[in-house]
Amino acid sequence: MSELRFEGATVWFGSRRHGHLAADHVDLVVPSGAVVGLVGESGSGKSTLARAAVGLAPLTAGRVLVGGQPVPRHGRRPVQMVFQDPFASLDPRMTVGESVAEAIPRGFPGGRASRRAEASRLGLLVGLPDGVVDSYPARLSGGQRQRVALARALAGRPEVIIADEITSALDVSTQGAVLNVVRDLQRELRLSMLFISHNLAVVRYVCDVVAVMRAGRIVECGPAEQVLAAPGHEYTRELLAAVPRPGSVLTAED
Amino acid sequence: MGTSRWGRSLRTPLGACAAALLAVMALIAILAPVLWTGTANAFDTSAILRGPSPAHWAGTNNLGQDVFYQVLVATRLTAALALAATAIGVGTGLLLGTAPLVLGRRAGRVITAVVNIAVAFPALLLALFFAVIFGVGARGALLAIGFASAPTFARLTRTLSASVAGLDYIAAARIAGVGRVRLLTRHVLPNIGETLIVNATIAAGDALLAFAGLSFLGLGVQAPSYDWGKLLYDGLNGIYVHPVAALAPGIAVILAGLAFNLFGEAMARALGVPELAGGAIVRAARAGRGTRAGRGTRRAGAGASPGSAPSTTLPSTTLPSTAPPFSPTEPDDCVLSVRDLQVSFPGGVHPVRGVSLTLRRGEAVGVVGESGSGKSLTALAIARLLEPPAAITADQVRLLGHDLLLSPGDGVERHFLGTSLGMVFQDPMTSFNPVRHVGGQLAEVATQHQGMTRRQAAARAVDRLRAVRIPSPERRYRQFPHELSGGMRQRAMIGMAVMGSPALVIADEPTTALDVTVQREVLRLLKSQQAAEDLALLFISHDITVVGQVCDRVLVMYAGRIVESLPSAALAASARHPYTRALLAAVPSMETDREQPLAVVPGRPADPADVRPGCAFAPRCAFADDQCRDADPVLTSAGDGHQVACWHPQASPVPITLVSGAATPAATADARETT
Repeated sequence: MSELRFEGATVWFGSRRHGHLAADHVDLVVPSGAVVGLVGESGSGKSTLARAAVGLAPLTAGRVLVGGQPVPRHGRRPVQMVFQDPFASLDPRMTVGESVAEAIPRGFPGGRASRRAEASRLGLLVGLPDGVVDSYPARLSGGQRQRVALARALAGRPEVIIADEITSALDVSTQGAVLNVVRDLQRELRLSMLFISHNLAVVRYVCDVVAVMRAGRIVECGPAEQVLAAPGHEYTRELLAAVPRPGSVLTAED
Repeated sequence: MGTSRWGRSLRTPLGACAAALLAVMALIAILAPVLWTGTANAFDTSAILRGPSPAHWAGTNNLGQDVFYQVLVATRLTAALALAATAIGVGTGLLLGTAPLVLGRRAGRVITAVVNIAVAFPALLLALFFAVIFGVGARGALLAIGFASAPTFARLTRTLSASVAGLDYIAAARIAGVGRVRLLTRHVLPNIGETLIVNATIAAGDALLAFAGLSFLGLGVQAPSYDWGKLLYDGLNGIYVHPVAALAPGIAVILAGLAFNLFGEAMARALGVPELAGGAIVRAARAGRGTRAGRGTRRAGAGASPGSAPSTTLPSTTLPSTAPPFSPTEPDDCVLSVRDLQVSFPGGVHPVRGVSLTLRRGEAVGVVGESGSGKSLTALAIARLLEPPAAITADQVRLLGHDLLLSPGDGVERHFLGTSLGMVFQDPMTSFNPVRHVGGQLAEVATQHQGMTRRQAAARAVDRLRAVRIPSPERRYRQFPHELSGGMRQRAMIGMAVMGSPALVIADEPTTALDVTVQREVLRLLKSQQAAEDLALLFISHDITVVGQVCDRVLVMYAGRIVESLPSAALAASARHPYTRALLAAVPSMETDREQPLAVVPGRPADPADVRPGCAFAPRCAFADDQCRDADPVLTSAGDGHQVACWHPQASPVPITLVSGAATPAATADARETT
């Protein structure tokens, strides 16, 4: 695992005149073996940053480095990604095993059988029940699909994994199970991970470092305990205050 | 899965007819030239241009050849030409349509532009143009019709593949280093293939007609060979003398064209079956339990007299009646009273199984549960927004004392519902009409249900927009939904819900699509509107923490039943049902211990198509025993305003950390903002 580094990453969508600055000179480091949480509201540029890191969104300026090397725009990327929508992230016409095996690098030793075996191994690693590798995604629950997506990301032998709102489409009861898998895998494999979410409680549970993004800029970044206990930026305080808390009662604003 | 759906399409009357026609046509195309070429081509100078007779069913042509046999023999050439032209069109179309995906952005843009221009020309005009280039004759017509149909197909392929190419699994494959060609063959084409095949079938019918047209114009097949178009052309010369010679090939063209088009239609209809959403229901229906149950309950729902319990009219497959012991006397300020509400779908699918609830004026009640627990269907059933095949039965659904079950569903009832009930849906983007002004949609409520003039309604709408704290409401009134932010749209939706001064607002996951900061704004707005208008609020959510924050009382639903009902304040301290406790523990909070794994609810949610006897939660419950698996517990009182349906209610407080005063800086920030 190596570090992921954004250096002045800038993404501009649209034409020169009628465009939109989605990421504005972002400097961010995901240290090797650490989990960095990226929080912010929708439209703040979190997902754009993620897509830029895997070469799906073109950088207007700046660079994205993995282990000191720029991320290639073609071929297998050293950064793998898990997407938000569990119902759009798996090909409905491919079995779970085929989807995972497809992401295994070309140089993998052995033939088709060994790739299949590797896909099954990864399936077990993310806690999929036996036999699920041979079924089609339509038979899987949302939580199981996200596990498959996680297994597929691991199959690509990534240096860094980006998780983009991977639990926001799930029920709370399923969310816990997926977060547990992410946490266990990260600890076991020392994954470097950029964990994107708008839920601060989730980010707090998974991440070591928290970066807060607003309108394309990182407004605050630091160790999770520090940022969440003593937020420096007004927006971070606002986000923190908005987290629903068990036992509290929401008063009507006056 | 694919094969079975094709099979289903053939079992419909339409599909069966089309398939039979095609089969007959194929048989004739294969056999007729072998058997009757001699008969059809034989000259009989003694019988030129004769009308129909026992010897020549469709008469003879100017060379004395038998028209009927010629039509039969021409089937092969006609069909072959049509299929070949379709193959050319589909092949070229596929190449052009998928090229942008394979060649990359710049080359793709050029090709797309060319295709778009070509699509703008009428196909027949293109065919005539190509026919001139390729020359008169069968080969010229074939190429002309083939290439003329290519642009539409290219456009279709392009549109379909672009929509698939935007999906996350394609992005994932690209990140994994899958090449463009493999991306196309492995991911894109299989997912658009069925639609393309349907359209190719319809295109074959069109090509057949186009050939007949070209041959009829003299641009197609030339003598001595003949297809239906040529026969039609020949027969038309003598149409006033003996029309059958022209009609026979004409009928053949129509029948074949119909066969191809109907076959395509039948397959298209089979494809229209939603693969995922309706899967469970279709599966259950096919299991053979029939649709009678659904219809029976529908009738029961419509016709039950207020005294009769619908459980007597329900088929025996339904669950034992476990209506909770509700006091028959309603409070004076009762807004909504629902007793033993059931929703079922054909095939024995019971997503809602006996829900009872009462809402008083000014009371906020939350319904919480996982997806599939029946919470949204309960809300929709109360608002009468469910349509067949959903069947609704209940002992009682009363809104402000008005029986919604007995009401005829006419204009009077619509006005009553329109003014006394407001709805807020999950996705404000899809619950507003995107092509109409926001304000106009609000005002419509007043003109439709309150008899206001347009001017009065507009004033009321602006007033409501102001009430939901939308800045400069006059300007926003004239804006389109897409010009408002997500939070603003949801505010406008709430404004719409309170247009008619309703007594009850049902909010179905109103903040699930919103960010936490916007969520809090919208929730506060909902609370303040509730307080200002003394509304009863039925709040549906999957997030028990949010429900606890907003509502006075929480109803926890599992597998279509209410399993616990308790005051929000008592949630953490005295939740008794293992499911409620699991939900509470599963939500990570700002105080969750990072060193411990998160609590999870093991197993999968209950399947509404497969309800077993006993407690529905038993398979996932750590405390379940034989009693739980045999008998379904009834909602019984468990103390002050607290009811629980469980054989083994847990007594200890739920092990979660609560916010306590100003212990955390976040809480201080919260306090600072609210004061």
